[in-house]
Amino acid sequence: MTATRAIALAGDAAARDAARRVTRNRWLLLAPAVTIITLAAAGPILIVLVYSFLEKGNYAGVIWNFSSEAWFNVFLERGMFDDVVSFADAHLSIFLRSLRLAVMATAMAFVVGFPTAYFIATRPARTRNIWLFLITIPFWTNLLIRTFAIMEILRNEGVINVVLGWLHIVDEPIQMLYTDFAIAVGLLYVYLPLMVLPLYASIEKLDFRLVEAGYDLYANRWKVLRHVILPLVRPGIIAGSILVFIPALGAYVTPRVLGGGLNMMLGNLIEFQFGQGRNWPLGSAISLTLMALVMVALLIYVRATTGREARHG
Amino acid sequence: MAERRFTFGLSRRFSVRDQGGFTTIALLCFVMLYAPMVTLVIYSFNDGNSIAVWEGFSWRWYDMAIHNRQIQDATVRSLQVAAFATVVSTVVATMAALATTRTAPFRGMTAAYALINQPLMVPEIVTAVALLVFFAMIKAATGYTGMGYLFAAHTAFCIPFAYMPIRARLEDMSLTLEQAAADLYATPWRVFRYVTLPLLMPGVLAGGMLAFVISLDDVVITLFVAGPGQDTLPLYVIGQLRRIVTPEMNAVSSLFLLVSVLLVTLFFFLSRRKR
Repeated sequence: MTATRAIALAGDAAARDAARRVTRNRWLLLAPAVTIITLAAAGPILIVLVYSFLEKGNYAGVIWNFSSEAWFNVFLERGMFDDVVSFADAHLSIFLRSLRLAVMATAMAFVVGFPTAYFIATRPARTRNIWLFLITIPFWTNLLIRTFAIMEILRNEGVINVVLGWLHIVDEPIQMLYTDFAIAVGLLYVYLPLMVLPLYASIEKLDFRLVEAGYDLYANRWKVLRHVILPLVRPGIIAGSILVFIPALGAYVTPRVLGGGLNMMLGNLIEFQFGQGRNWPLGSAISLTLMALVMVALLIYVRATTGREARHG
Repeated sequence: MAERRFTFGLSRRFSVRDQGGFTTIALLCFVMLYAPMVTLVIYSFNDGNSIAVWEGFSWRWYDMAIHNRQIQDATVRSLQVAAFATVVSTVVATMAALATTRTAPFRGMTAAYALINQPLMVPEIVTAVALLVFFAMIKAATGYTGMGYLFAAHTAFCIPFAYMPIRARLEDMSLTLEQAAADLYATPWRVFRYVTLPLLMPGVLAGGMLAFVISLDDVVITLFVAGPGQDTLPLYVIGQLRRIVTPEMNAVSSLFLLVSVLLVTLFFFLSRRKR
């Protein structure tokens, strides 16, 4: 009796040991990745949070005194001579431009990307991979170089203006580079694959018997698209839109190259505050505001993509 | 009429899959995606000084770019950083993937997963300024100004990119082979070395290649982390775009494109051979 109990106890201890070993090994395996990301990506953001509540230094950096000035200055400003509070028009206009351009790029990406994803998803299996590959290549090629390519197309001596000139449609080149239009086109160009790929994943799963049923019930092409296809691929639409919107909102390279320094977006405003602006606390507060906007978009994304299984399963 | 040419072997009979005009838009979309890059490559062969007026074919800009000392240095630096970041991030991501797949959910798993994917969720510019601030502190404290900062930053943001394909591959692997090996008295290390790793290799290669491409392409974080004289190739290019651009930039960019396309093609075939 006692012998069997001793064996059972020993067995329990062995099992506990084994479980502890598994846990230890697991965390040993995770440790390097977790450490590197904490030190060189996630952790420093906490410093930014602290800096946003400090006073700005005279040349750069910060003075270690608590201050909510930076957060105040994200959207508001005080008059120079009186203490009248008004909206900080310069910042506000950059926030609004960033939102506007990101929304424009997302909308254009949808208009171009949806038919493209639909086209790919309805190809025979054999050629489908080739089309997908053609969408993927630009996505993995250097963003700066793709932006440079757009810059060459849009400049006054660029292909578009040369062709318009030959056709005598315009006498003088249209100034496209260094405008908001150029930035919107650039954002569309560099982030389009992010719209097409999730849309493709959604459309590929589409049950075309439902589409057929729509036609059988005398719907025309537009009505089938509007009332059958689009509602069914809604998760893909939301996923694609958010995936374009997020990087577009935080874009830095595209507005810098195509906006020519004058048409700033949030990314450029942040850089300015850490560079010539010499206002690190304000730069920190703007960074965190951008991050908050992105987090909201991400939450919508997560809800849209996880809701999919629940609804269809 | 235009539609007929674009049906690619599909008859014009009514099909429930057709949507009027979609094919045309899709093909225009592909043209739009590739035309700027093709134009960029074409003008890299321009004999003239301009990136707008075509003056005949020549290799001279490639010749110039290859012999440009700054471009050489920047290229070497880019490759060093990318090689370091790729090796470290792939090893570390493989370990993390082994810990977080094929196991019952454990305490802290979601947190670890969220942390590993964190660099993908925060805008690059925010990570960039955070690193600027943090590394400025370290610089002030230690006086170290070497390439270590670039190595660390690139490794960190490459980890989630390496992690994704490795994890996907692992999740598709059944545990039976490893259990069989363990039943035959293989030590855990031998099981990993002779069973798990060979099966996992396509995922590891794919992850490593993604990490390499991502590191090579990075502009924003590098811009804020690199010290004076630490320009990578993308930093050199973005610096030059502020001046009058000569086809030399096209030549550099074309070579860069070539490398990216080769890597992506390789990646595509590796991940397609998956099953």
